[in-house]
Amino acid sequence: MMNEIFSSTPFILLLVLGSYLAGCKLHQKKHIALFHPLLVAMILIIGLLTLLDIDYDTFCAGSSFISFLLGPSVVALGYALYEQIEQIRGKEIPVLTAVFAGGIVGIVSVIAICRVMGVDEAITSSLQPKSVTIPIAISLSEHSHGIPSLTAVIVFGCGLLGGIIGPAVLDRCHVNSRVARGLALGSAAHGLGTARAIELGAVEGAISGLAIGLMGVVTSLLIPVFENLMR
Amino acid sequence: MIKGFCYIMLFYVLGEMVSLLIGKLIPGSVCGMILLFLALTLKWVRPRDVDKAASALTRNMALFFVPASIGLMHEYKILMSNWVVLLTVSVVTTLLVIVVVGVTEERLDRKLSRRKGGAA
Repeated sequence: MMNEIFSSTPFILLLVLGSYLAGCKLHQKKHIALFHPLLVAMILIIGLLTLLDIDYDTFCAGSSFISFLLGPSVVALGYALYEQIEQIRGKEIPVLTAVFAGGIVGIVSVIAICRVMGVDEAITSSLQPKSVTIPIAISLSEHSHGIPSLTAVIVFGCGLLGGIIGPAVLDRCHVNSRVARGLALGSAAHGLGTARAIELGAVEGAISGLAIGLMGVVTSLLIPVFENLMR
Repeated sequence: MIKGFCYIMLFYVLGEMVSLLIGKLIPGSVCGMILLFLALTLKWVRPRDVDKAASALTRNMALFFVPASIGLMHEYKILMSNWVVLLTVSVVTTLLVIVVVGVTEERLDRKLSRRKGGAA
């Protein structure tokens, strides 16, 4: 009987929401980037699924309601982008050129390294959107037949790395302008870069938030181009 | 707020249509995002009609990709057997993107404002 309960949609939704909430609480208490709600929820859910012997397909069916909301939330990012675009009035050309250059370098370097090291096409597709915010990255990965869960983890890892070493790298390269620093952090490390950029200052934080959306758009437009060019 | 969700679903549907029209080069949700941005910029949609719904969705976005990441349970072997490539790509490309974006923006901004200053 318990098995029937554990496989039911309400139980699985409770499991996802509860684990995520636990992750949020832990993140609020301890401000460590590694205790991100996503990572905590992942560990809790995988542990509980194994413990309660719920199979992956049952979990997918039960949580499809939550997964569906990923699409609308990507659409909603259009509003966030609209709100933030004001920040770069008068600096449109340098900002857009920089994000565009970053997008090209990001995708080309992923494809080149994957080629040289000889990995599966599916892995290359999963890594291409690695500088983009996770919801967009998952959509892009799914779209080019990558492995969405692998994308989520790598994108998270890159964000963590970019947020930690980003400011030091920018110091090394003598990038001092606040706009350039915020833009670089948001473009390379999405939300986790923005969290760090906010610590640096309000300008850095705001520009970094905008960079997340811009990098998402630019990468989405560039991936099909390079997929056709480099195949 | 219902009005906001209606707008978001409308742009999601329009995005899916555009995606189909361009041969599915770009996912429908991303097309929807671009269309919503354009509609707001061109003032076809009033910001206050969508702000609440949009914020509700974007504020808790991490929750929506929890289920997708659980797939790792099945795919962890790929992670384990390719960790060298994955680590190399993550470190190298993240550094490259930070440097390229930072340096390009700063240099270009300085160059353009100097030119503007010279003209004045």
